[in-house]
Amino acid sequence: MENIIKTQDLMFYYSDISDEEQQEQEENAPKAEKKMIFEDLDLEIEKGSFTVILGHNGCGKSTLAKHFNAILMPCGGKVYSAGFDTSDEEKLFDIRKRVGMVFQNPDNQIVASVVEEDVAFALENMGVEQGEMRRRVDDALKAVGMYDYRLHAPSQLSGGQKQRVAIAGIIAMRPSCIVLDEPTAMLDPTGRSEVLKTVRRLNREEGITIVLITHYMDEAAQADRVVVMEEGKIILDDRPENVFSNVELLQDVGLDVPQSTQLMYMMKQNGFDADTHIINEKEAADFLFELFKRQVN
Amino acid sequence: MMIKTEKLTYTYSQGTPFEKTAVNGVDLEIEEGTLVGIIGHTGSGKSTLIQHFNGLIKPTSGKVFIDGEDIYDKSVNIRDVRFKVGLVFQYPEYQIFEETVFKDIAYGPKNMGLGEDEIKERVMQTAELLGISPELMERSPFELSGGQKRRVAIAGVMAMRPKVLILDEPTAGLDPKGRAMIFGQIRDYHEKSGSTVLVVSHSMEDVADFAQKILVMDHGKKFCYATPPEVFARAEEISAIGLSVPQVTKIFSLLREKGIDIRTDVYTVPFAVKTIKEYLEKEGQLP
Repeated sequence: MENIIKTQDLMFYYSDISDEEQQEQEENAPKAEKKMIFEDLDLEIEKGSFTVILGHNGCGKSTLAKHFNAILMPCGGKVYSAGFDTSDEEKLFDIRKRVGMVFQNPDNQIVASVVEEDVAFALENMGVEQGEMRRRVDDALKAVGMYDYRLHAPSQLSGGQKQRVAIAGIIAMRPSCIVLDEPTAMLDPTGRSEVLKTVRRLNREEGITIVLITHYMDEAAQADRVVVMEEGKIILDDRPENVFSNVELLQDVGLDVPQSTQLMYMMKQNGFDADTHIINEKEAADFLFELFKRQVN
Repeated sequence: MMIKTEKLTYTYSQGTPFEKTAVNGVDLEIEEGTLVGIIGHTGSGKSTLIQHFNGLIKPTSGKVFIDGEDIYDKSVNIRDVRFKVGLVFQYPEYQIFEETVFKDIAYGPKNMGLGEDEIKERVMQTAELLGISPELMERSPFELSGGQKRRVAIAGVMAMRPKVLILDEPTAGLDPKGRAMIFGQIRDYHEKSGSTVLVVSHSMEDVADFAQKILVMDHGKKFCYATPPEVFARAEEISAIGLSVPQVTKIFSLLREKGIDIRTDVYTVPFAVKTIKEYLEKEGQLP
């Protein structure tokens, strides 16, 4: 297995003052207060995989994601992205070309007044030649299903469409990995499913590695792997059906399970032989169908 | 009847090429004390509709009655309507502006001209209901976490004790725990105050869980206003207008497709377990 992202003994804390300031201060001046986010965090993301990171607000998942493309630097330990050490400043552009990031608020990440210009923004900065740029922008817009809107103003688009334009802007750089930090939190159900379909297609058909941070359990149920964080630590890391079978643990840390899993859990408590590894409505319906057939015959 | 609309219609940019009818001939009657969930996808007219209930926008045609009073009648002071109908916008934490949490929650009651003791009592009581601890009252609201800020903003409207409280997407962007907390507090408020509460939400699963009545909007029109079982009995039509139905409801629709003769108006997990037991009992096979 080849990794696209790897953290090694990653440590990170927020501090009132920077380390340099701390050193300049008198020796017996009070030490700055440090808010430790994580210590000794090890995580590897396999190339081509679709990983979801879950955890309640403030558990450190966004802070972790920002380490993946060198927006934040470790206070200790190492982060390797696309084979580069993120603390090597000279490799910053190499990393960000390969590992792109999409944020929560669609309105905060669109810079141009025409859709296709927005998608071309990074390519212009990278100095990509005109003909190639045209091809890449068109391909990227087609990949997210927004080609017909290439000449529209982003302000006329829905939230889901804006997020897809933001994703196109990343795809145009031909990255090997996209990290999405709650990209659907501000969207309605239609927008959410548009974005998720796009992300899944990019993963399956283009082989792009996806790291998705979300609060929606039905989105997590579609991933290859689910990592659950709590207070800066990884408490569960497995296939979604195995993770969600830990119903009580997840509820204890303020998370949820898909309704199908919850139904199985409650049936189990009511004395049925139900399987809490069931995570979607199709599996649940199949299970109940078998149960009914067995009982009735 | 607490809220009543008659052929309510609102057209944006009337007379220009951008003319768009956002609310189209809506007749609605909401009984006093009901906890209502309002559902509809973006552009269905739900936000435009609720803005009529406290006089923020004027209907293009049709009428709005609050507590039996036509609020757009010339004799009515719209300021009084705003004390009667409290509206909490989406992301209300961006509207916080006072120096302290106490002052922010007290802002509405103060404008109502209440006495100091009354204001204090209301602020403290509402803060308690929303889990805002007394130690926070003298802090700056800007030092609080996102979830706390949102609850302070909601408290500010609740403290006015409006007869109707309307919240637009009160849980947007929160994690599951935060969502459950706010919904629980809204339910408590509804129970304790006995007032009419309207909650706009995108999540069918959440609405199914707490609402006594659900208003479904589609393309500016009222699709239906009914109890949750009545609404989810029409799960297929609801999916057809682009809304998601709860996962449990889908499970029962799938079972029916497989030829199982079972009810499909199931919308919460406990109700699903009950339905499964009933089905097995009917077949005489409960283990």
